[in-house]
Amino acid sequence: MSDPLAAPRAIQGRAPDVFREGGWVEMREFSESEAVDFVVIGTGAGGGPLITRLAEQGFSVVGFDAGPYFRPLEDFASDETAQNQLYWLDERIVDGENPIRMGGNNSGKAVGGSTVHFAMVSLRFRPEWFKSRSLLGYGADWPLDWREMWDYYGKAERALSISGPVTYPWGPKRPRYPYRAHEMNGAAEVLARGAEAMGYKWSPTPLATVSAPRGDSPPCVYRGFCRFGCSTNAKQSQLVAFIPRALAAGAEIRDLAMVGRIETGADGRATGVHYFREGRWRFQRARNVVVAGYAIETPRLLLNSANDRYPDGLANSSGLVGRNLMTQSNQAVYGSMKDEVRWNKGPPSLSITEHWNYDDRKDFFGGYCWMAQGPLPIEWVTVLTGSLGLWGEQLRERMKNYNHQVGVKMVGEMLPNENNRVTLADETDQYGLRIPRITYSWGDNDKALVAHALDKMQTSMELAGVRDTFQQVDDTNHLAGTARMGSDPRSSVVNADCRSWDIPNLWVCDGSIFPTTGGVNPSLTISAIALRTADRIKALADRGEL
Amino acid sequence: MTDHFPGYDVLRKRRTPSWDERTRQAINDRLSVPREPRFLSPELFAILAAACGRIIPQPPDRPPVPVAAMVDTKLFESKRDGYRFASMPEQGEAYRRGLRGFDDAAQSLHGRRFAGLEPAAQDQILASAQKGELDGPAWQGMPSKMFFEHRLLIDAVSAYYAHPTAWSEMGFGGPASPRGYVRMQLNRRDPWEAAEAKPGEEDRVRWENEHV
Ligand SMILES: Cc1cc2nc3c(=O)[nH]c(=O)nc-3n(C[C@H](O)[C@H](O)[C@H](O)COP(=O)(O)OP(=O)(O)OC[C@H]3O[C@@H](n4cnc5c(N)ncnc54)[C@H](O)[C@@H]3O)c2cc1C
Ligand code: SF4
Repeated sequence: MSDPLAAPRAIQGRAPDVFREGGWVEMREFSESEAVDFVVIGTGAGGGPLITRLAEQGFSVVGFDAGPYFRPLEDFASDETAQNQLYWLDERIVDGENPIRMGGNNSGKAVGGSTVHFAMVSLRFRPEWFKSRSLLGYGADWPLDWREMWDYYGKAERALSISGPVTYPWGPKRPRYPYRAHEMNGAAEVLARGAEAMGYKWSPTPLATVSAPRGDSPPCVYRGFCRFGCSTNAKQSQLVAFIPRALAAGAEIRDLAMVGRIETGADGRATGVHYFREGRWRFQRARNVVVAGYAIETPRLLLNSANDRYPDGLANSSGLVGRNLMTQSNQAVYGSMKDEVRWNKGPPSLSITEHWNYDDRKDFFGGYCWMAQGPLPIEWVTVLTGSLGLWGEQLRERMKNYNHQVGVKMVGEMLPNENNRVTLADETDQYGLRIPRITYSWGDNDKALVAHALDKMQTSMELAGVRDTFQQVDDTNHLAGTARMGSDPRSSVVNADCRSWDIPNLWVCDGSIFPTTGGVNPSLTISAIALRTADRIKALADRGEL
Repeated sequence: MTDHFPGYDVLRKRRTPSWDERTRQAINDRLSVPREPRFLSPELFAILAAACGRIIPQPPDRPPVPVAAMVDTKLFESKRDGYRFASMPEQGEAYRRGLRGFDDAAQSLHGRRFAGLEPAAQDQILASAQKGELDGPAWQGMPSKMFFEHRLLIDAVSAYYAHPTAWSEMGFGGPASPRGYVRMQLNRRDPWEAAEAKPGEEDRVRWENEHV
């Protein structure tokens, strides 16, 4: 078996068949000297669907990813440590009052992006969040209409075969989920008990792992290693759900291909990308360049591409590239039960309550949801060391209670703030590129939201009969912002079509474009916007406006 | 310190449908990690080994976990975390400074090397680091609290809980691919999961655990 990190696999007219051990599928290849219609940098929640839909609509597309092209059936160990291979582990400097821990906490490096290790929670935004400035009084308005997004959410849910309930308890009507909801595990049941005791609704969580066979994907077998890569292909990551479609439609994927700089020509338009693959720098010509590298690498690339014409980086006339970085609060309440919970069985977040996303009777802005948890041993031990400062014999004894632990974890909305940002450090990485510096501090509103959530989660756990509860107060996850969309070039980087205001053939299509981040996990929204962007590009092309 | 899962050894499942080839390979590599340091000097490695022994003591009745060697391997292979606090140097340098800092504290408090101290004295120095109280030339401005909490402690426990000995001791099912789990509800155990012993049930539970 070859090492996925040693040399590219998608070469010589073929790419790995992720569904067959040792299998290959045909792949079209484009020449570097002829401009392709689209180069897309990043193949994750944003890049994956965009590459696919552009290719299916007849454009020539090359998707680049700095990470390897994994074969889940062969490359994925059932092990927390070995699966560090999925993460973006290159050096990044973090500072500010509340430095964000990166790596496995929020960034992937693989064909399929962070969706290869994401927890599969697939939620829609509350409609008002698309206009949170005008309707709710905080953040910024999106230039998108929620009713249009509702359609694209439906499309994304069908493409990803989301498993979920027949009726979802919050928000406007939505169609039933394509696949039936998964069975709940013990931890999910405890969340439900706690929610009912509080008078809140709860629901099985809509998840991107199939509850019945779909094509070459077998149903989920509840191994619980989802965050470390799904070795059975039940999980509908982009690697499994979209990229094979993209190849079939004639897109090319270049794995282990790090884009270091976007080139612009005399007319100020993007002309292609410099990328490092197989030991040397190369150049791919393109008529359009789409950046989809997520909220750290996207601004880093735009800033690293500064040149004489654009000394502050590309698409940055507003000065907002890298600014308004948002993470999500990810605090938790944990405790023990007499019962054997065995929370590692099944996907980690099988039930959810979005109560506080839809109830506005609170004295701060933004919302949050919380979900059942099932951390594996290493994650769990770092919760105990980080939250309780335990070590020594005490720690070992506490770990022996693993099968009796239970808990809930929030995903909370943090507000955009220009001072939370990505800049370039002077240090360089293995490619000779300046590494990002990530500066983050929580605001008063963020702290108020966290305090509210911790209090409610704690009460619900106690009412559900959980003992010895404690709070994990400092965790965050998910990223957004840094190239926000808007309707005014002075206060945003891209427009509603994800097209940059400054350079008409440069686009951004990933989590970076979020003006606000909402109180739910972001990927489904990223993918829905990518599907919309592909349709918009087609419409613009048909009108000769590309 | 009772054994909650008598007779449970996750390695017994190695040849069952709970372990696939890739997983067997990953765990074999881990079990055969060289015990001699390859990154740290023998002198610093001795300090690391002593500190790890206090941070996560070895179980009395199961195969020992080479925690320090696993941490040294992480440094040797340059396996990074994906971020670095601005107040911290790169991981190898952090260990060089922090471990020397422990030794300096041992010298100034007890006139001896850290590795040769009584466990209680070692604990005291580690606890001072946790509170951020250690300082001196060896640290070169690196906060001892950051080194303890975000470097040493995380690396040591991440190594220990990556080892089958730890999984057996805590009753964790371990690898689960391709066979996952079937019985999802509270208080339900699949036959290939660890059984927990309540007082008086040790013999039956031991039998169950020998048949996972
Ligand atoms: C542990 C974990 C659990 C999560 N769980 C959930 C969940 O349950 N639900 C949810 O909605 N979200 C979840 N997320 C978040 C979700 O995965 C991300 O929000 C989402 O994948 C972001 O999509 P993206 O397209 O912006 O970036 P990504 O999916 O991260 O894709 C970016 C890709 O771009 C590549 N890239 C970047 N820069 C370059 C470059 N210069 N050259 C070449 N390639 C480059 C990267 O290698 C990467 O593969 C989770 C994240 C983590 C880490
Ligand atoms: S629990 Fe299901 S989705 Fe998660 S890794 Fe296992 S099979 Fe894949």
